[in-house]
Amino acid sequence: MKVRVLVRLKPGILDVQGAAVQRALGGLGFGDVRELRVGKLIEVEVDAPTAERARARVDEMCRRLLANTILEDYTIETDSAEHLAPPGAVR
Amino acid sequence: MTAEEYDRILQRLGREPSYTELGLFSALWSEHCAYKHSKVFLKRLPQTGPHVLQGPGENAGALDIGDGWAVVFKIESHNHPSFIEPFQGAATGVGGILRDIFTMGARPIAILDSLRFGDPNDPKTRHLIHGVVSGISWYGNCFGCPTVGGEIAFAPEYAGNPLVNVMCVGLVRADRIFRARAEGVGNPVFYVGNKTGRDGIHGATMASATFDEGAEAKRPTVQVGDPFTEKLLLEACLEAMATGAVVGIQDMGAAGLACCTSEMPARSGTGMTVELASVPQREEGMSAYELLLSESQERMLIVAERGREEELRRVFAKWELDAVQIGEVTAGPDLTVRHRGDEVARVPVDALAEAPKYEKPYAAPAWLKELRAFDPLALPAPADYDEALRALMGAPALASKEWAYRQYDQQVGVNTLVLPGSDATVLRVKGTRRAIAVSTDGNGRHVFLDPRRGAAMAVCEAARNVSCAGGRPLGVTDCLNFGSPERPEILWQLAEAVEGLAEACRALELPVVGGNVSLYNETSGLAILPTPVVGVVGLLEDASQLATQWFKAAGHRIALLGPDAVSLGGSEYLWTRHGKQGGALAPLDLELERRVQAAVRAAIGEGLVTAAHDCAEGGIAVALAEACVTGKTAIGCEAALPAGMRADLTLFGEGPSRVVVSVEGGRAREFEALMAESAIPWQWIGATGGARLRLRVGGEMVVDVSVDHLEHAWRNGFERHMA
Repeated sequence: MKVRVLVRLKPGILDVQGAAVQRALGGLGFGDVRELRVGKLIEVEVDAPTAERARARVDEMCRRLLANTILEDYTIETDSAEHLAPPGAVR
Repeated sequence: MTAEEYDRILQRLGREPSYTELGLFSALWSEHCAYKHSKVFLKRLPQTGPHVLQGPGENAGALDIGDGWAVVFKIESHNHPSFIEPFQGAATGVGGILRDIFTMGARPIAILDSLRFGDPNDPKTRHLIHGVVSGISWYGNCFGCPTVGGEIAFAPEYAGNPLVNVMCVGLVRADRIFRARAEGVGNPVFYVGNKTGRDGIHGATMASATFDEGAEAKRPTVQVGDPFTEKLLLEACLEAMATGAVVGIQDMGAAGLACCTSEMPARSGTGMTVELASVPQREEGMSAYELLLSESQERMLIVAERGREEELRRVFAKWELDAVQIGEVTAGPDLTVRHRGDEVARVPVDALAEAPKYEKPYAAPAWLKELRAFDPLALPAPADYDEALRALMGAPALASKEWAYRQYDQQVGVNTLVLPGSDATVLRVKGTRRAIAVSTDGNGRHVFLDPRRGAAMAVCEAARNVSCAGGRPLGVTDCLNFGSPERPEILWQLAEAVEGLAEACRALELPVVGGNVSLYNETSGLAILPTPVVGVVGLLEDASQLATQWFKAAGHRIALLGPDAVSLGGSEYLWTRHGKQGGALAPLDLELERRVQAAVRAAIGEGLVTAAHDCAEGGIAVALAEACVTGKTAIGCEAALPAGMRADLTLFGEGPSRVVVSVEGGRAREFEALMAESAIPWQWIGATGGARLRLRVGGEMVVDVSVDHLEHAWRNGFERHMA
């Protein structure tokens, strides 16, 4: 079962990396960027009989390792994983 | 805030405070800002001396080191934030103390970290250690200030409440020290640095706020550090100061803008008026309360000279930082805060600055007597001393901390003459022949058993470490980490420890020029070991006359300076081998301590010693073993220790005022003459050489072990838990 985890800083947490990227974009002429925040995408393939089971396992992984829940929120996608761009896809 | 304190506010204001005003009072009257429970004791510390350019009460203390230079330094705790979010907690701890140093106009040249954790066998503790160490290295390395020393110690009492104390040292021209003053009515007040978000606003007070547009968005958030912005802020502040347009400057640390806007005018007998809508903001819809109390990082408040606003703006614009005028200095006596034109607070600055001071009852805990009466010699002596020494060298507390400090940039700025791993770090003062030696120390177990003597010993040890590097100790900064002062036995620990610090500082002529008190360090009723961490800064007139702790070559004679009196009470051996924490500490003679340190410095200054090492945790056996294995190549030694006590007490007993030195054979006569002049007890005990550490006690060979085995134990004792 393929699962995608999107980890993002909670709203209001200072995003040092995002601010740096935004500043760099400004330097390249993209002064129209109003806000930019950087998160991370984690792709996991788990052995699980059902999507619920896979989701539950990944949820535990998030709480214990993948996300720092003091600073970050996370979302877990299972059903739509195959609809998202596959690795290597270019749009 | 207590009902009593609320009544006091009513009295001062003659009316009910507004919500925002109450926020100001609760923050500025907090223990952290106001030292309510500790001030009564702190005033017993000596704070003056011929070198003191700035004592306590400013962002940091400053001492004159000659040639027109001053050293600025301070230690501060970031214990609670580091427990909640170890990486960011430790990182922002480093960021905060760096700002305390550069607000004084000094360029930071060194960071030291004094860390205390629970047992590293515990995965939760390992997680904390990993987070704290990488947070320190991230912030310090990115900012570009070397992390050069400190200590890491372990005890179960710290498991639920680790200690992260960070010390920073900076250099400034002695006549260019800046202070946190708001002088000159009509002078503009500038906010500079990062934008303000809802970082670190106190959770408990937030709970009483009304939530309108979604509670989630208003939740206070963990402070996140931005070392690159801090580096820009450093350069911008130093450049702004050089223009002469800066009248006063203060770091927005704990209680943020509220703290700066009240403390700065309070120090100067002025007032201040500010408009919060002008504050650069990272988030939308922030209330006056939030803007005043936010603890967003990398921000400063500057009072500038009227008419020179443009100069200031130009400097900060160059470094791509906000510099916005948010108000001006007034004749006082009030701090007036407006938000979009509406007055949200008007409070006399004195009322905010003069928090209530408490003299709560304190008493020695009943259990202490029994604990101290414990006789470690009632326990059996080890059958195999080789094994006992190896185990001690491999104990996490004594083992090499290279795993931690190799993650730190130790040399950025190329001033570090002695890297971490010796008794004290030595940093040169560029452009002069001088150097600075720095060390931090504080043994919670000693202080737990005897707060007064244990704290005095912490001062002595930190100063002794500096002396062993060849530095003359000049001054002290202290971070007092204790449990809840509302418990009489904890307050007694604090009172006794401060008395001990004061006694030792007076005897060694060391003024305490700054520091920090961290109380309420407990989890579920279990307090930490009382832990005063002492940072000592010393001066080497000539940077080439320094010493390190490891043996340099075979054939050097070894001397032990200082008294024979030691104890296994509260020793690392007692804890590591027997899991016991009890007994009495060795006696401390402060006058003898002073003379021993002077003798060591004299010998180093004359170029007579090739190594000097303090006998600390683990006693003389561990001190000799460390001198054997901590250098680039391990060198063995043979020594005969005085008889008269049980061998484990002789080898592993701990006591103050003891230093091991090595001397080239050809200079032994000169050394003997110098020691005779010094009027201290001392003795030749052996010589360096070979590949084994061989120790006799009363003629009997009790330790005969390969130094390679000792080195292996020492190198892996801590690292094996972490890697």
